[in-house]
Amino acid sequence: MLDRLAYQVYERHLDLSKMALLSLQPRGVELGRRILERLKTMYNSDDIRYGEIDITFYRDDFRRREEMLVPSATNLDFSLEGLDIILIDDVLYTGRTVRSGLDAMLDYGRPSNVELLVLIDRRFSRELPVQPDYTGRVVDVVSEETVKVIWSEDDKKNEVQLFSPSPKA
Amino acid sequence: MSKLSTKHLLGIKNITVDDINLILSTAQNFKEVINRPIKKVPSLRDVTIANIFFENSTRTKLSFELAEKRLSADVINFSASQSSVKKGETLVDTVKNILAMKVDMVVMRHPNPGACVYLADRVDCSIVNAGDGAHEHPTQALLDAFSLHEKLGSLKDKKILIVGDILHSRVALSNIFCLQKLGAEVAVCGPSTLIPKHIEELNVKVFLNLKKALQWCDVVNVLRIQLERQDIQYFPTIREYTMQYGLSRELLKSIDREDMIIMHPGPINRGVEITSDLADGNSAIILNQVENGVAIRMAILYLLAGSMKSNT
Repeated sequence: MLDRLAYQVYERHLDLSKMALLSLQPRGVELGRRILERLKTMYNSDDIRYGEIDITFYRDDFRRREEMLVPSATNLDFSLEGLDIILIDDVLYTGRTVRSGLDAMLDYGRPSNVELLVLIDRRFSRELPVQPDYTGRVVDVVSEETVKVIWSEDDKKNEVQLFSPSPKA
Repeated sequence: MSKLSTKHLLGIKNITVDDINLILSTAQNFKEVINRPIKKVPSLRDVTIANIFFENSTRTKLSFELAEKRLSADVINFSASQSSVKKGETLVDTVKNILAMKVDMVVMRHPNPGACVYLADRVDCSIVNAGDGAHEHPTQALLDAFSLHEKLGSLKDKKILIVGDILHSRVALSNIFCLQKLGAEVAVCGPSTLIPKHIEELNVKVFLNLKKALQWCDVVNVLRIQLERQDIQYFPTIREYTMQYGLSRELLKSIDREDMIIMHPGPINRGVEITSDLADGNSAIILNQVENGVAIRMAILYLLAGSMKSNT
């Protein structure tokens, strides 16, 4: 699945000089780094722009949820001005994380084009008009269930797990 | 553990080590934010903060105001000199009136020790102490710890010396609490008239000789002689103070510690507690402290606002 996603990106972006990958912290990073590795072999080049962006300070549910969110690091050492950005996250659910990601991204410049790549698309649960451009797999789950992507170090046992809420006692 | 244990920041004394570490690590994220081309994040856009200063301040007030603006909070400023306080309004009434205008947090500096604690018991909002008399100045202590952490890594077993007017200094007291909670050893040095009695009970070493003290420490934090608080004569003349307790390059050279890290909370009396060339030298981290101050205050406001539930 990862190979296919990487190929799709490769097909649409033949001009490497204008492209940049941007993973959303913390859960998009694992996926982003794997896509990056594959693209490096495909383009046969080491200079693919890659950044990781933290969206904690841009979330719209700050002060509306019980627990505090722990911010992660932003690693981004280039300006996004005029680039074609591919935003990367693992699971697309309500679309709110992506919305925050877009906000956070715009603070680093004005990209000419932005696309969204996700491993898992939970369709029918969107709260904002956000759709992915590249999808690993579509899953249909009700909103009480949670979807978790579990990465293994050597990529041999990557899993996507569905969790149903435990029945209430 | 991603939440502060307290609703207010009144002093370092009543927060936990976990709180301090959480503030320091969050400040790291905000330091990255304030070094971006666009130095602003929208986190506190639905929060209004009042800065109430009953005592003069440049650095702290500007630093708080910048921190608030960079978090997109709405800010109102209030200084006592041009207000109804002059007409006899009490502190609690003043603050209650401000809160009636739907303010969520109050940052306050007050000349009386304990003013923030008093207020926190009587009004319903988050209060940040920006200095209360000679008692505490928690944000300064946290930014000092953050700056030291950047330079030295863990503060465990590091030796930190505070030189100068310990008696009148809220910075000294907050620093002692904060550094000790992080595992550092603290000593103070100054003329015996400016060292509070019984300070040894806080597990603080006391030096009366600056040279000996400097030989002991890893870092020296120089405090300003608070000329406005010298109501009785604590030392004969400023010149004599400088000769005994002024930090100079010659003094550091004489003990072969020219690379010693030097801190100062500002404002500096150049040529009194520290010579100009040291204050501007490479080992002084005085301006780093100021930069980190904004990041620390952003972290504190962000964390306090986060534990304060929105009404919507």
